[in-house]
Amino acid sequence: MRPKRRNRLIIIVFLFAGAGISVALVLVALNENLNVFYPPDQVVGGGAPVDTQIRAGGMVLDGSVARRADGLDVAFVLTDYQGAEFTVYYRGILPDLFREGQGILVQGQLGSDGVFQASQVLAKHDENYMPPELAGMSPDKRTARNLLNYDR
Amino acid sequence: MIVELGHLALVIALGFSVLLTLFGLAGGASGHQRVMAATPSFVAAQFVFVALAYATLTYAFVNDDFSVAYVAANSNSLLPWYYKFSAVWGAHEGSFLLWTLIMSGWTLAVAVKGRDLPDTFLARVLGVMGLLSFGFLSFMLWTSNPFDRLVPMTPAEGSDLNPLLQDFGLVVHPPMLYTGYVGFSVAFSFAIAALLSGRLDTAWARWSRPWTNIAWAFLTLGITLGSWWAYYELGWGGWWFWDPVENASFMPWLAGTALVHCLAVTEKRGAFKSWTLLLAITTFSLSLLGAFIVRSGVLTSVHAFAVDPTRGIFILVFLFVVVGGSLLLYAARASVIRSSISYQFLSREAFLLLNNILLIIAMALVLLGTLYPLAYEAVTGGDKISVGVPYFNAGFVPLMLVLAAALGIAPALNWKRTSAVQAYRQLRWVLAASVVLGIAVPLLATGAVRWEIALTLVLAFWIVGSHLLDLGGRLRKGVTRIPLAYVGMSLAHFGFAAALLGVALTSQLSIEKDLRMGPGDTVVLGTMEFEFNGAAEVSGPNYVAQRGTFSVRDGTNRFALQPEKRSYFASSSVMTEAAIDAGLLRDVYISLGESLGDGDWAVRIQIKPFVRWIWLGGLLMALGGSLAIADARYRRLRKRMIAQNLIAAG
Repeated sequence: MRPKRRNRLIIIVFLFAGAGISVALVLVALNENLNVFYPPDQVVGGGAPVDTQIRAGGMVLDGSVARRADGLDVAFVLTDYQGAEFTVYYRGILPDLFREGQGILVQGQLGSDGVFQASQVLAKHDENYMPPELAGMSPDKRTARNLLNYDR
Repeated sequence: MIVELGHLALVIALGFSVLLTLFGLAGGASGHQRVMAATPSFVAAQFVFVALAYATLTYAFVNDDFSVAYVAANSNSLLPWYYKFSAVWGAHEGSFLLWTLIMSGWTLAVAVKGRDLPDTFLARVLGVMGLLSFGFLSFMLWTSNPFDRLVPMTPAEGSDLNPLLQDFGLVVHPPMLYTGYVGFSVAFSFAIAALLSGRLDTAWARWSRPWTNIAWAFLTLGITLGSWWAYYELGWGGWWFWDPVENASFMPWLAGTALVHCLAVTEKRGAFKSWTLLLAITTFSLSLLGAFIVRSGVLTSVHAFAVDPTRGIFILVFLFVVVGGSLLLYAARASVIRSSISYQFLSREAFLLLNNILLIIAMALVLLGTLYPLAYEAVTGGDKISVGVPYFNAGFVPLMLVLAAALGIAPALNWKRTSAVQAYRQLRWVLAASVVLGIAVPLLATGAVRWEIALTLVLAFWIVGSHLLDLGGRLRKGVTRIPLAYVGMSLAHFGFAAALLGVALTSQLSIEKDLRMGPGDTVVLGTMEFEFNGAAEVSGPNYVAQRGTFSVRDGTNRFALQPEKRSYFASSSVMTEAAIDAGLLRDVYISLGESLGDGDWAVRIQIKPFVRWIWLGGLLMALGGSLAIADARYRRLRKRMIAQNLIAAG
């Protein structure tokens, strides 16, 4: 084979091997790590799969946050302010911007008893930021105030 | 009144960018000396007016002019004065003004430093850069004007800069990052100018190489600073999250790293010419894509600046025009490139190709993971998903390990072909030594060997060893002057090894514990004992804080750490200010969660071995990249070009 052809062959073999391996790796990894988001009405209405890693979100219901007297166990209720509510259990430290009435995301598994076991709780990054997943929910008073932003 | 001047300056700068584009491109195409001669003054004028606009906004911040909507939203009269300067780039509009200022700064630098380039080439480069500036300035004026007023409903007080951004990290991170991002526009413009002129030999690669290196060094520095800032300021000790906005800066970095290596082959050997052109276009397009991701708010991100569809659409159209236009041009012109360079598998060319393939696969992987949620939502009609961190790690880590293994071989390779026997002879002792050390060091230090750690250690020793051996060989041969470019390359590769080590050791060996602690409680982690001495209230200039005190005992070594929970007055937002005992071998990191009543606090204690090596590696890479451009070769090149121009004018 002439050197030029051989070079081309080397390049092509390289590209195919690389592409093949990476496509395989990527597909496996992507499939295992997709977290589908479910709003409260789907979590409550059975639209969300049980015992599968998912994301859910909603507004923290006022007065629903309860801590155990020892340890870091906490429970709270997420709502869409339209009738759908579900309880979340979490062990750990809540983010700084976790507050009653705020929109938050939880990642974890929904149990068959309807209680969500969260492995991660994510809150808004700043006052003006709304997780896009929650943007469709009707804004409560606090969010409206955040939009105005100047009346404090 | 002053503020209106700033707005006016932006409009004038927009005018000059139009003139620059027209004169640059028309002059470059026609070769008219007088048309081309006008371009540098447009460049200067554009820079002056953008700088004026920038100074005006800074003036409004320093003087607490809350009638400006952007100032009112991002400042406060209690904000310390130095943060008023950096608050200018604390949110969307102002950070884009900084971006545009840096763009016109790069254009000015090219106009000044590039005087020795052929006239028509320089005119085209400046014309293309003018077109980009035009795009950025229009974006700002039409969708994100930082000078919009709140009149007559002027607030008496501003709502303050996001407390997370009131920090030294924010003072330095965005300017470095943007300088890198926008710096790739130079390589892009050189590539477009080469395509326009049809002169697709290796000259453009030689000219654009120092520009690409310096832009890459800035981007490296920017990403490193960002990671460091997230680590200490977000309060929880994470240094990389595979967050869409981090990915937005990481994708151009990966493509830019490939470009830096590929330019070497094109310049020295004349190979990969069309691939290099495509990479230059890709790298800058990814910078623009990054801007789109950050500014449109289309992706879920802790960084998302703004959720405003008109901005997203504007950038998407701009992206489409820039990427589509340059790819069309590429398709039309690049087909004439012929190269008849031959090389064998065991050669520097082939290994640099391997480097490019690995980096581009890594980039594609990150791109897929970042954009997949968008595509999924579009296809399923609104279902939202997110891609988890394990996806990125599963793909990225093996690629980097292969890259590291290949990098250790690189110093033993020649251009064109290398005898396998000779390379093996040169490297066998390094290989043996790194395997032995990689297993012995963790065994002696901790009494156990984990294969992940042994593997990374072997690879790190392998890279450093083979580079040092090559350097030693050069010195023994009696080479008295080692070129700066060579030193830069070695430093950057050492940086890669250091970062690799830092990432692997931190991920594998970190100890982390969330717990509830009351005054007097103690806990033992690893070899350390932590005692909580309670929290007390302290006040700062624009916040009040609960400050916890921990006594830490590690053998005979004792020290105190004081993490804080701050509550900022103006924005009523709460911030975790972690306390860190930093060290080259390990960081001790304590953060306060929330108060649980009765003096109890939720506390996170972490011991993070070798975490500093990640940023040390980044700094070394950036230093290496900037050393390479100070190489004497470029000064000689410049003199030679001046001489040639004189003869040509002669």
